Amino acid sequence: MLSIAALHTYYGHIEALKGVDLEVNAGEIVAMIGANGAGKSTLLMSICGNPRARSGRILFEGRDITRMPTFEIVRLGIAQSPEGRRIFPRMTVLENLQIGATTAPGRFEEGLAQVFRLFPRMEERRQQRAGTLSGGEQQMLAIGRALMSRPRLLLLDEPSLGLAPMVVKQIFQVIRDINASEGMTVFLVEQNAYHSLRLAHRGYVMVNGRITMSGSGQELLANREVRAAYLEGGH
Amino acid sequence: MEYFLQQLINGLTLGAIYGLIAIGYTMVYGIIGMINFAHGDVFMIGAFIAIIAFALVWTTGLASIPLAILLVLVVTMIFTAAYGWAVERIAYRPLRGSFRLAPLISAIGMSIFLQNYVQLLQGARIKPLPPLISGGVILTEGNGFAVQLNYTQMIIIVVTVLLMAAFTLVITRTALGRAQRACEQDRGMAALLGIDVDRTISLTFVMGAALAAVAGLMFALYYGVVDFFIGFLAGLKAFTAAVLGGIGSLPGAMLGGILIGLIEAFWSGYFSVEYKDVAAFSILVLVLIFRPTGLLGRPEVEKV
Ligand SMILES: Nc1ncnc2c1ncn2[C@@H]1O[C@H](COP(=O)(O)OP(=O)(O)O)[C@@H](O)[C@H]1O
Ligand SMILES: [Mg+2]
Repeated sequence: MLSIAALHTYYGHIEALKGVDLEVNAGEIVAMIGANGAGKSTLLMSICGNPRARSGRILFEGRDITRMPTFEIVRLGIAQSPEGRRIFPRMTVLENLQIGATTAPGRFEEGLAQVFRLFPRMEERRQQRAGTLSGGEQQMLAIGRALMSRPRLLLLDEPSLGLAPMVVKQIFQVIRDINASEGMTVFLVEQNAYHSLRLAHRGYVMVNGRITMSGSGQELLANREVRAAYLEGGH
Repeated sequence: MEYFLQQLINGLTLGAIYGLIAIGYTMVYGIIGMINFAHGDVFMIGAFIAIIAFALVWTTGLASIPLAILLVLVVTMIFTAAYGWAVERIAYRPLRGSFRLAPLISAIGMSIFLQNYVQLLQGARIKPLPPLISGGVILTEGNGFAVQLNYTQMIIIVVTVLLMAAFTLVITRTALGRAQRACEQDRGMAALLGIDVDRTISLTFVMGAALAAVAGLMFALYYGVVDFFIGFLAGLKAFTAAVLGGIGSLPGAMLGGILIGLIEAFWSGYFSVEYKDVAAFSILVLVLIFRPTGLLGRPEVEKV
């Protein structure tokens, strides 16, 4: 479904992605783990064309999207809950969700019903200004907003960052849920290796802008290097 | 008291015109963070288009004045909006993402260009609009002074109130308005949700110009003359109104416009006509000292 080959992305002279190859198949949950600064967010944002990859190729459902404008890429059925959530703080929860449905206005009611079912808290808070939500609620809103476009591929950037363990559990349960019930393909990047590898069918490890390892979630969880670098001590 | 009432009416009329122009400044500032210095000249172009449209409508022999005004209003809004759209495409869009001062310099260039363009096409002399609407209603009379609300003022105030209400609905209730507010808060995120940011910015210029066009038409009706330079002072005052109300805030632009109109009217009415502009700008300075973000502007620091 998503196929990335030899992707290079730069910030000025800094090379943030140094030739990334990866594959996400329809129906999968794929996790990418890596330390802070490895290039995970850059990869997710490069898929959506901001920053634009300098070289390499990104295919979505067989279509070359490497040079497409961001809003057109998104219209093909890719949604992202980005790093830092980036909800619109001065708009209500409902307005945020309405904007999420920009590319699928005809399926607004359906999307809203799903988001309210997955995150009942959003229904309670629908008229509240999004900037006044708690961190966990903002994360739910960011994911809910992404779901409003009825995407076929959902990109999640560190959905567990800074959240209480209970909320992390709830959010990972929701990801499992939408994947199982609707077959939605999910590509998430995480520092939280334990939860994300347990959730994912397959995983990749990114170090310094390069992919150093890949395998099934179980394999990576059992791998000694992965355990030493990302699991032991802290997680 | 009668004199006071009369100045109030005059001030509200002026304020309506400034408020309509101020909305264009504040919206563009909100969405791309720059002052569109050519906006006053877009207003001036609107006034010229209105005069030309009136002349054309007369040649068709249309007898009903309200219908003629409505027709001219629509035509003026459409053509002026096209100018607003072109200004953004030509002068600002190519500079998006370049250094901060670039679009500002481009805006000043655009402003000078538009003035020269109109001067070249229409001449430097003032253009009159024959009085279309005469008369009015006497509200009260006393001390040998009659308070008059003339029909032109009535039209200006009513049309402005209707337009501002419609405009507020568009911003708060429609998908376009949400897209505009989203671009204002986080342009990159808006694009990530499938919003065509360039198109949304274009439409913002179009809307601002359409409102300025109405202000131009009203200016022509109210004063009866226009020239290629009217955009400078009116633009400056509308900009002042936008800053006074809190730049980026729509209700602020409306409030600021009305306040500047009232200050100007009362100052000329009670003190001296010569210093009315100084009065408006002095009040602006005072407000900014005590409220740097303007009357309804939101503080820069935002808890997210
Ligand atoms: N906007 C930016 N400008 C310059 N450098 C950046 C920018 N964003 C990220 N980087 C750099 O790119 C590298 C990868 O960052 P990022 O993709 O955010 O990593 P991760 O998401 O894995 O923590 C880091 O070295 C970071 O400093
Ligand atoms: Mg990151």
